[in-house]
Amino acid sequence: MEFAPKQDQSKNPVLIPVDGPIQRTQYPYVTGTSVVAIKYKDGILMAADMGGSYGSTLRYKSVERIKPIGKHSLLGGSGEISDFQEILRYLDELILNDNMWDDGNSLGPKEVHSYLTRVMYNRRNKFDPLWNSLVLGGVKKGQKYLGMVTMIGVNFEDNHVATGFGNHLARPILRDEWHEDISFEDGVKLLEKCMRVLLYRDRSAVNKIQISKLTEEGVTPFPPYSLKTYWGFSSFHNPTVGAEGSW
Amino acid sequence: MTKEHANWSPYDNNGGSCVAIAGADYCVVAADTRMSTGYNVLSRDYSKICKLADKAVLASSGFQADIKALQKHLAARHLIYQHQHNKQMSCPAVAQLLSNTLYYKRFFPYYAFNVLGGLDTEGKGCVFTYDAVGSYERVGYSAQGSGSTLIMPFLDNQLKSPSPLLLPAQDAVTPLTESEAIDLVKTVFASATERDIYTGDGLEVVVLNRDGIRREYMELRKD
Repeated sequence: MEFAPKQDQSKNPVLIPVDGPIQRTQYPYVTGTSVVAIKYKDGILMAADMGGSYGSTLRYKSVERIKPIGKHSLLGGSGEISDFQEILRYLDELILNDNMWDDGNSLGPKEVHSYLTRVMYNRRNKFDPLWNSLVLGGVKKGQKYLGMVTMIGVNFEDNHVATGFGNHLARPILRDEWHEDISFEDGVKLLEKCMRVLLYRDRSAVNKIQISKLTEEGVTPFPPYSLKTYWGFSSFHNPTVGAEGSW
Repeated sequence: MTKEHANWSPYDNNGGSCVAIAGADYCVVAADTRMSTGYNVLSRDYSKICKLADKAVLASSGFQADIKALQKHLAARHLIYQHQHNKQMSCPAVAQLLSNTLYYKRFFPYYAFNVLGGLDTEGKGCVFTYDAVGSYERVGYSAQGSGSTLIMPFLDNQLKSPSPLLLPAQDAVTPLTESEAIDLVKTVFASATERDIYTGDGLEVVVLNRDGIRREYMELRKD
């Protein structure tokens, strides 16, 4: 903390904190929408679109919202993109320090998730939150881990997680169709199903998705691609047939 | 000049109910395993029960991030206690520590509604019930959380705890046997699940007695 000298009423020298502009509540500016992730037979599959919205404008269309962390984890983030980048910087330092020990040990997904939970909770306590919902998945020594943290520090781990709209639209599908040791192909199909529903119903979703796979061997990010969508419903062909004059 | 208002709340209610019942030589602590936010279920398999010491088990419902932080804090304090005193904390000692920890954050509270259960220094069951800022008392049984208003009157009816104002003081612990108390807890949660939307999915029951600690799990309605 920085201090500046000044004199109080009784002419005693006193120090006042001058940390710069007071930071408190924020508004998100550039945001990413849902992240969906599942455990599958060999590890973790995580999907997110590549959109960065500036309010209702789709400003950025190639934002990578899933990043590998260390050797064993994948981090997916929704919410304020700049805060997500800040978190990547924190994790970079964490992983660097972990590697500097050079002791053959490395931070697993459980540890990284715990660290992120503490960071998010502590920022919430200072009334200056990082405006993100994070998904942290990983595999270490055969143990699969998948967890979620929100901007106020609420966290849990489960076999399938989602952020934002994903909680409303994707999790019901996952609850119905996910099963233990789901294969890679079925896992991707399941995630695509979730992302397609999100694309149809979430107005901030964009049709350019990125799926990343994480196994004991490491991270495999797949190149971004688009989902096939169907708009040929008869009601769409002549939408004003029941209400002449509307548009 | 109007004061700027936050557009986010540092609190959330992740729901759930907790119950504890004290017996002559046992204590039953139970909580459901649903974690929710608003009308969404985040997890159907989340434990609200935390073993703080050999003879003290805490069940908390409310804002999960605060609860996690509180449990972590208490576990750390217990470790220090063990280093300094070379023994486990007794349940009444944990009770006082929890009260002090909660009051410490009187002006930015832990949004946690706690029920502490365990065995006292004489081996008798004890239950302590708390509000969010640390006011507590030792009772024979208690319920906290979203289903507490449904559960507590039923426990009052079944367990009929004598008034703490009576002289000579009467024992608050229930004359029920351990298995009768567990059955009561299961009944109570099945009922609360019917009418409280935030309670359900699964029930975790922890039983402390002279043989140690044992855990039971039972499915609850998932709707």
